[in-house]
Amino acid sequence: MSATAETVEQVKSISGEKYKYGFVTDIAADKAPKGLSEDIVRFISAKKGEPEWLLEWRLKAYRRWLEMPEPKWSKVDFPPIDYQQYHYYSAPKSDDDRPKSLDEVDPELLATYEKLGIPIKEQEVLAGVAVDYVFDSVSVATTFKKKLEEVGVIFCPISEALERCPDLVRKYLGTVVPVADNKHACLNSAVFTDGSFVYIPPGVRCPMELSTYFRINEMNTGQFERTLIVADKGSYVSYLEGCTAPMRDENQLHAAVVELVALDDAEIKYSTVQNWYPGDEEGKGGIYNFVTKRGACRGKNSKISWTQVETGSAITWKYPSCILQGDNSVGEFYSIAITNNAQQADTGTKMIHLGKNTTSRIISKGISAGKSDQTYRGLVKISPKAEGARNYTQCDSLLIGDKCGAHTVPYIESKNKNAIVEHEATTSTISEDQLFYLRQRGIPEEAAVALVVNGFCREVMQQLPMEFAVEAQKLVGISLEGSVG
Amino acid sequence: MTAVSFLEGGLEGGLQGGRSLPGDGLEWLKNRRDKGAERFGALGLPTPKLEGWKYTRLRPLDDTRYTPIKDGVGDAAVKDLPTVGDVAGRLVFVNGRLREDLSDVSNLPDGVRFGPLDELLENDPAWAEEHIGSVVQNDDQAMLALNDAMMDSGFVLHVRKGVVLTKPVEIVMVGGLTDDAVAYFPRNLIVIEPNAQATLVKHHVGRGVGAYFANAATEIDVADGAIFKNYKVQAESMQATHVSTVHARVGRDATFESFNLSMGGLLSRTEAVITLNGMGAHCGFNGAYMMRGNEHCDNTSYIDMAVPNTTCKQVYKGVLDDAARAVFQGKIHVARDAQKADGRMLNKTLLLSDDAEIDTKPELEIYADDVQCAHGATSGQLDQTALFYLRSRGIPEALARNMLVQSFLGDALDEITDEHVREVFMDRVVHWLPAHCYLAGEWKESA
Repeated sequence: MSATAETVEQVKSISGEKYKYGFVTDIAADKAPKGLSEDIVRFISAKKGEPEWLLEWRLKAYRRWLEMPEPKWSKVDFPPIDYQQYHYYSAPKSDDDRPKSLDEVDPELLATYEKLGIPIKEQEVLAGVAVDYVFDSVSVATTFKKKLEEVGVIFCPISEALERCPDLVRKYLGTVVPVADNKHACLNSAVFTDGSFVYIPPGVRCPMELSTYFRINEMNTGQFERTLIVADKGSYVSYLEGCTAPMRDENQLHAAVVELVALDDAEIKYSTVQNWYPGDEEGKGGIYNFVTKRGACRGKNSKISWTQVETGSAITWKYPSCILQGDNSVGEFYSIAITNNAQQADTGTKMIHLGKNTTSRIISKGISAGKSDQTYRGLVKISPKAEGARNYTQCDSLLIGDKCGAHTVPYIESKNKNAIVEHEATTSTISEDQLFYLRQRGIPEEAAVALVVNGFCREVMQQLPMEFAVEAQKLVGISLEGSVG
Repeated sequence: MTAVSFLEGGLEGGLQGGRSLPGDGLEWLKNRRDKGAERFGALGLPTPKLEGWKYTRLRPLDDTRYTPIKDGVGDAAVKDLPTVGDVAGRLVFVNGRLREDLSDVSNLPDGVRFGPLDELLENDPAWAEEHIGSVVQNDDQAMLALNDAMMDSGFVLHVRKGVVLTKPVEIVMVGGLTDDAVAYFPRNLIVIEPNAQATLVKHHVGRGVGAYFANAATEIDVADGAIFKNYKVQAESMQATHVSTVHARVGRDATFESFNLSMGGLLSRTEAVITLNGMGAHCGFNGAYMMRGNEHCDNTSYIDMAVPNTTCKQVYKGVLDDAARAVFQGKIHVARDAQKADGRMLNKTLLLSDDAEIDTKPELEIYADDVQCAHGATSGQLDQTALFYLRSRGIPEALARNMLVQSFLGDALDEITDEHVREVFMDRVVHWLPAHCYLAGEWKESA
């Protein structure tokens, strides 16, 4: 491929011979040339000054990636991805590239912020305005950091963690999502740029909800984010990812990996609100969101709970899963997925019951509108040793409009007679009666639909942390704009 | 043609090899056979890599070579064949070949054709040409392609416009009875013309110790306003591999009811593709499975609600003992603009032993918004509280377990609308249960 050859050339010219030997570099370039090759992987690793084992790990992943087939089983449709046309590394934007004030920001975006009720200062941050961060959140962030340090919680970018506690990272990285788990995760392993690392020491209940939002200066970690959360014995943490505000990003391909490890009696609650740019009404230019999220309940009585609100992205391919290894461990999955216009979402979960008396609960609410397509795809697997395992699954779909599709594909594999597995699914539309009732009370049609939909997803909304829940409710209404009438 | 190791002499051997296949002289049929062989050659035997075969592997075909059945095989005496009693007509096949001595179609009413496929091909080839392959819509099913190529037997049921069959017609398919491993490929054709009504009861039984492989294909056309009830008991032997592909089309205001009672067979798979093709069409597609030993039973279905105002209901319940394994894959597809569709699907399984396994995948694929669709699936063991309650009333444990299993399966059997058939099927269920004599009340006397 000429593109690859070109890339190799460019990398050589940029980086010279330096990093090949020393893995220390002071390259000034803030962007890797287009394309993907072993040199690019070395470039990223060198750029971040990573230890050698990690480079080896990345290279191993890259080589596996080359051989792996693209996953074809999901019900999403998009043209083949040309992996050579992307940049795989770019340094955070400098202030010169950012809009100078909110006046330069897309008014449509601002209108949405307005509807979500986001304070002006936060709007500036979200829109990437180059402001001096001398306002509340930074000081808040600093105060938070101090508090966290007091109890021994490590919460930092993964690149920083590699310096602060390399052994911890090395011990857990890639143990939940192996390098060659699937093609997207494999790509992430090869080229991940940054992400969060969280470690909660034994017996510590994290004093606050951790949020990527407070990692302000580390924003723009880019399209290949890698998150690793380890909850040691008897600890608890609640982690929030993303935010309700629409996120614009010039990178079309996103392949994140999230790994959670819960040891004995530990609990991790992971909440996501995903609102990446879904593209225009035809779905052009929207984000491809290929995420591999998996949690391992390694210890006894551990618990991992996933809550997600998925409203953005042109294509969502995401299955937050739980491996219930420890006896009495608990896995939960609460999901709201909304697709409108030409969006496609194939999302669900896997609950793998290995330990005794493990329980899992899946509540999935899918709403399709416009000409979008949505699939719930889930697996509940009971191994022969999972005595007394229990699963309850409920997945409901709501269709708005006659051009959309809603599909349910649950897999249930039970190999233990003492296990009880229950699955329920329904698909229906918003009833005329409900709409008529609300409208005759003077509620406009769009507001009425938002109200009904919010009621439909109530069970999941209740699982969201307070501050997310309020915004998420508004988001539901906004996401469905233009789908009725 | 690719090598087909599970058939003696491969496909060619099965096609020529001194066998006289029905309709040998018909050009169109020869074309169909050739195309089928070509398609099967291209597709090969299904493997778990295919989504539809994820949980079922045709393992018996790996290490056994089956000889396609020849004339004159299976003339041995067969006794005690199952029956539902008073029937309008009865055909008995042994290894796919009609046994005239055991069959009786002398009392069929006018307007009903009920006989073996070869007779149809001989007497009315034009009608056969018009109907064979007319319901089948997809050509990606390898096992159907194999049947296309090899079809060597089968039956036809044709009920003319407005004719109502008050009594059921009955088919008994006996497999085995030979020392060698044999294979046969029945092709069945069921055409129920507008406003006609018929009930068919099919018994599959295995006899003897020989292995056999039956690869059947059935086409069912239920025309506008017609009612067709299709009841099947599959009690094959522990050496049997039973693969059945069904394609059905249901017309306007027509009803198609099907019940599949699977209670025996080393490996069995029924794959049905049902298209609800006219407004007001209804399909009840139900079944029960009871497996023990190392039996494997697969029920796969695809119900296409292609037009508005159609309904379908699916209830499958099963009991698995020992190291038995069952697979349920159901899919309801609601086409774009097929508004007011109502689709229900339920699959429940009881696991009675530690080694039993159930794999279930109830799917919905919906492209219309004004619909009511639901599915449910459960798996678990006998309710311990119920068991305790019964035992506390002085009912021995074995009997209590049987009662619970029977009532569990009873929910599925209740879907059979023909009362008499339901009773006969329930009786079969009771006799499958261990120590069934208890249920007849004898335990009281012996106690």
